[in-house]
Amino acid sequence: MSDVFNVLMVGVGGQGIVLASDIVAEAAALAGLDAKKSEIHGMSRRGGPVFSHVRFGERVYAPVIDLGQAHVILAMEPMELLRWSAWARPDAAACYLAEPILPVGVDEYPDGLDAEIDRLFARVVRVELGEIRRTVPLKVRNTALLGAASVFFPLEPLYVQQALEALSPRGTYEANQAAFDIGRGLAEQQLSGVSHVE
Amino acid sequence: MLSGNEAVALGAWEAAVAVGCGYPGTPSTEILEALATQPEVYTEWSVNEKVALEVGVGASLAGGRALVTMKHVGVNVAADPLFTASYLGVRAGLVIITADDPDMHSSQNEQDNRHYAIAAKVPMLEPSDSQEAREFTKLAFELSETYDTPVFLRMTTRLSHSKSLIEAFPGGEPVRGTAPIAPGFVSDPGKYVMIPGNARRRRVAVEERMNRLIADAAAHPSNRVEWPTGEPDDGAKAPLGVITSGIPYTYVREAAPDVPVLKIGLVNPLSPQLIADFAAKVETLYVVEELDPVIENQLKAWGIDCIGKDAFPAIGEFTPAIVAAGLGLGEPSVGIEPALSVPPRRPGLCQGCPHDHVFLELRRKGMLISGDIGCYSLGVLPPYNAMDTLLDMGASITMAQGMDIVAPAEQRGKIAAVIGDSTFAHSGITGLLNAVWNRRDGLYIVLDNGTTAMTGMQPNPMSGERMGREDSVSVDYELLAKAFGIPEKNVGMVDAYDTAGISAAIDTLAERSGVRLLVVLGLCLIEGQKLKRINKLDGKLASRKELIFLNKVEGAK
Repeated sequence: MSDVFNVLMVGVGGQGIVLASDIVAEAAALAGLDAKKSEIHGMSRRGGPVFSHVRFGERVYAPVIDLGQAHVILAMEPMELLRWSAWARPDAAACYLAEPILPVGVDEYPDGLDAEIDRLFARVVRVELGEIRRTVPLKVRNTALLGAASVFFPLEPLYVQQALEALSPRGTYEANQAAFDIGRGLAEQQLSGVSHVE
Repeated sequence: MLSGNEAVALGAWEAAVAVGCGYPGTPSTEILEALATQPEVYTEWSVNEKVALEVGVGASLAGGRALVTMKHVGVNVAADPLFTASYLGVRAGLVIITADDPDMHSSQNEQDNRHYAIAAKVPMLEPSDSQEAREFTKLAFELSETYDTPVFLRMTTRLSHSKSLIEAFPGGEPVRGTAPIAPGFVSDPGKYVMIPGNARRRRVAVEERMNRLIADAAAHPSNRVEWPTGEPDDGAKAPLGVITSGIPYTYVREAAPDVPVLKIGLVNPLSPQLIADFAAKVETLYVVEELDPVIENQLKAWGIDCIGKDAFPAIGEFTPAIVAAGLGLGEPSVGIEPALSVPPRRPGLCQGCPHDHVFLELRRKGMLISGDIGCYSLGVLPPYNAMDTLLDMGASITMAQGMDIVAPAEQRGKIAAVIGDSTFAHSGITGLLNAVWNRRDGLYIVLDNGTTAMTGMQPNPMSGERMGREDSVSVDYELLAKAFGIPEKNVGMVDAYDTAGISAAIDTLAERSGVRLLVVLGLCLIEGQKLKRINKLDGKLASRKELIFLNKVEGAK
């Protein structure tokens, strides 16, 4: 169990969580590891939170991550990061897009999320929308976040790049690759001085 | 990497399946969608699950391997042909996918369809990852032909929608096998015409078949025993052993890598010999199965001592932590606990859904709303709060009839049924026929969004396309109503964006007597984007405008 690395990816519908998680799982497979991923489609997700579990290592049995077992949570939305924090290990890293999306029927976004996230997680990469708004088109923001979160993965970036190339929808690979590099660069900048997880 | 559903499609294709049919339903839908990309296979979305199974049985008898897919509740619809298809047997292999939904992620109930396999006397295989889904599909076709029976392959949501690695193709490319049976129907009324005299003989054949299967089950390649630390010597016992199947097997292995496991792939029939042998070699025997205690009850009936639902929940999905706790191997870990709580993000109709207005109007008018299955089931949630009942596919129209029979006068004019276009074709039309035949009063509203949206944009008989976006018929609501004898003035079509028109049509039709059919036409926004990409949007919108123009509700402002 201990050699399996767990990445939980969360967001709201339409943010590209499923594709981003496919890329991580494929990258692990390209690295010669066993990998499984799991998500739920269908009614309960329409307009609700979207999540994907990705697990990789020498041998992966269960496709789901247990409570308290995620090494990394990638969130496309701050509130969603907190919603799923029960899945995080005490030493988990968080990587999130600091762009709130108000749930339907909720008038006020809760205050103090960024501070709470900094308090809860051992390592945090916060991507401000302003940092990527002009350089990363809306459709590939998921890949920018994936690039940022990838600094925490025990995977050679080369494999993630290869997976990105294999799974990018037709005609989008270059945009995805650029977004990935921008995200990874931002994370490296933020964490400079902090060593990567290996 | 493939999802469990994609792997089933691959396995079926490799097994030279000739026909794939089914009705969309989460979590089964992606199987046929994957199979439909293969030109060698005839695929269709059938009108409903009963129809799909009957098409599959026909294909099998004519000598083509057939794969029939549905979600767990779909098997309820297909149960009529199922129980007798078991008597007919097969010529070419017939495999039925039941995709169960522990935890009810996208379903109205949590039924355990292993009971169907037992009740219909049909063998059932249950894989636990994508590679097994692929292999077991092939085994299912072989089992079907060897034992002359339809075969169930049971999937669950977690298996259908998880991805895992599959074994590489020898030579790098997938290879489609050769069909073992040549096409051609061979007349055999004693086997294929189930009048009572023949059925009595086939009943005996079914019993003999199941007995043969029980005897052979121990050696079936889908069953295996794992002794990670070595099999105990004769007379010795391992302290703990687990019998499990399907996705829970992966949780058992995760939670207890060293524990002996009897992993059952053939979940019906169970092998008494295999189970008794394993049970004799362990001190404490656990049965780890999601939902009902199907294996556990069978063991107890055989007098084999085991622990099942006393240690594991009967409701919902398991996780490795739940399994570890049940086996007494540790407490679940606790994650980070935030001091801030975040508001829920509830599912709901898509923002901008053309059909939200109908719900707002119906609620505003204080109608009692008999609902149905699809995206629009979400009309029950805020901000609409506009659904009073929801039972099963097609029940909106028929339950409204039952209510209307006994409802007091002040309620009678206030009942409306709401049903989507695909659900209407699936089983709403029979309910409508029942209403006109029995001279009922009722307002039945079809919310036509031009697709089967909830399950991911499948065509349906009202949408003008069939599988693979091939052009096909689009049933004319007005002609259908005319054929059913519904007076013209009781039939209306409204544009979903014409808010005043919808309000007036509901007011006008609510006051009339007899059966009234109101069709609200508003193309699903997601479907619209897809049609635009293939240059079909303009044509679709034009044809719908025409319908609305022709069928304005008479008397409405």
